Amino acid sequence: MSAMTASLADFSTMLQRNFRHTLRNPTALFNAVLFPIVMMLMFVHVFGGSFDVGGVDYIDYATPGVIMMTIGYGVSATAIAVQSDMATGIINRFRVMDVSPSAVLVAHVVASMLRSLASIVFIVLIALAMGFRPDASPLQWLGVLGTVLLALFAVGWLTVALGLGARTPENAGFAVVPLMMLPFLSNAFVETGNMGAGARQFAEYQPFSPITETLRGLLAGDPSASPAIQAAAWCVGLALFGYLRARAKFTKRA
Amino acid sequence: MFGTAIAASGLRKAYKDTTVLDGIDLDVRAGTIFSLLGPNGAGKTTTVNVLTTLLTPDAGRAVVAGHDVATETRAVRRAIGVTGQFAAVDGLLTGAENLLMTARLLRLPKEEGRQVTRRLLDRFDIADAAGKPAATYSGGMRRRLDLAMTLVSKPQIIFLDEPTTGLDPRSRLTLWAIVRELVADGVTIFLTTQYLEEADKLADRVAVLDHGRIVAEGTPAELKRRVPGSHIRLRFRDQRELDAGAAVLPGATRDDEALSLHVPGDGGMRTYRALLARLDEHAVEVEEMSLHTPDLDDVFLALTGKASDTTDANDTVDVVDANDQAGPHDSDDTNTAVTA
Repeated sequence: MSAMTASLADFSTMLQRNFRHTLRNPTALFNAVLFPIVMMLMFVHVFGGSFDVGGVDYIDYATPGVIMMTIGYGVSATAIAVQSDMATGIINRFRVMDVSPSAVLVAHVVASMLRSLASIVFIVLIALAMGFRPDASPLQWLGVLGTVLLALFAVGWLTVALGLGARTPENAGFAVVPLMMLPFLSNAFVETGNMGAGARQFAEYQPFSPITETLRGLLAGDPSASPAIQAAAWCVGLALFGYLRARAKFTKRA
Repeated sequence: MFGTAIAASGLRKAYKDTTVLDGIDLDVRAGTIFSLLGPNGAGKTTTVNVLTTLLTPDAGRAVVAGHDVATETRAVRRAIGVTGQFAAVDGLLTGAENLLMTARLLRLPKEEGRQVTRRLLDRFDIADAAGKPAATYSGGMRRRLDLAMTLVSKPQIIFLDEPTTGLDPRSRLTLWAIVRELVADGVTIFLTTQYLEEADKLADRVAVLDHGRIVAEGTPAELKRRVPGSHIRLRFRDQRELDAGAAVLPGATRDDEALSLHVPGDGGMRTYRALLARLDEHAVEVEEMSLHTPDLDDVFLALTGKASDTTDANDTVDVVDANDQAGPHDSDDTNTAVTA
């Protein structure tokens, strides 16, 4: 068996393992979906009426933001899973069995992506029920899917790197808090123009804003190129950074 | 299987300023149990990590199953199995799933994987809990599952890093029986432990590790020969009785604090009788009498410097005292207590 097929076989075994973990620990999945739903209800029904978002329906404005928030919230389970793999010694078992390290890490990234994607589909369905009316064409929906996957890929690698760097499950949970906070300091729920100095600059130059903007444009059926390019650049950069950090940490720690 | 299973020379490892391994040499015969004995922080796990290819030493060379750990990592990994200090089982997977996953990672054909799983579940007495998540298992069961996972690949050499730490006495006995069975099948066992009793009971050869150095090596019997012989310990009710006893037994060493006397002797019935007769004769009341034969505790404490650093007559006393502090091993097997 070639090295490539061997890695693939390991990867599928590891992925199956991660899926089982998700199914056996439904609380994590539930939390990842519940909080964004609560926030969506709050923003749409409580705060939304007071926000001026340029004449569009607030739910149409906020849904892409809630999608980003779901991405941010889905990661803590992954970070904790990676940390616990490193801490319980099972990783040493895998290493002695010559399981390729990339199979272990990639399986975590892919499992994390699929888990978050399922949450996002669920959230979008709830949003539709609450009155969200996107104008995206089928092609633009594909664009939405692609953007979400790219963002999940980047955030996934970043999370795996953070999980590998954490010494305790608490640390792992804490390390990903910035990822959960980023949507609030972005254009996810309000326009950055109304923010105070400092917050506005941060919101304009942080990765979640162009990604949200891209999703918003696609869902409204009116995409523009500039945020999409920025979003893609951020995602590729973050994914690469996360991947390299994860590799280095893995080799060093295990 | 004959010949050398594990050979290491001059293994060194340091983290920043801390030297963890300070030149380790090992020679483990195939088909035997070799035990690396040492306190926490002596470098046991680091040694295991180096020998199992998980850690690259700063210096030195190790050959495991005929392959160099540095250059023939894969070949070494194929020949060995490792059960680490922390049970390396997946808590959210069931016992059966853990074994099946291992079989899959080893690329056993599906049917063979199932057979191996069934056989190991039976052999390690976890068949009843095979469908339950490993996180719900008791400590002993988790260790057994861990060891079962190690055995899926039928390794020639098995590293057991503190396999019984934290286990209750009964689970410990079960694990010992399993280890003996494995050796009977021709497997070589490299066992680390902080329990002297464990090394004494299981190992063909023992190396005592302290501060990254091997301070002694040999069979348990050889190591025991290194410490002074047996003695009888007499405890008195008060200072006055102790004084009286000391006057009657001039050869004894006294310990005022513990109100006790240590009389060199082998603990044979005749020695006891003679001793008691002599005390009776002078109407000296003894509170408690116990026989102390040297065990690996004494060797260990003598060698790792936790006991006395001299080898004169006082040494015996110090070793005994230190042994008392060591707790649970004392007076179970090797000390026979007689309350007067």
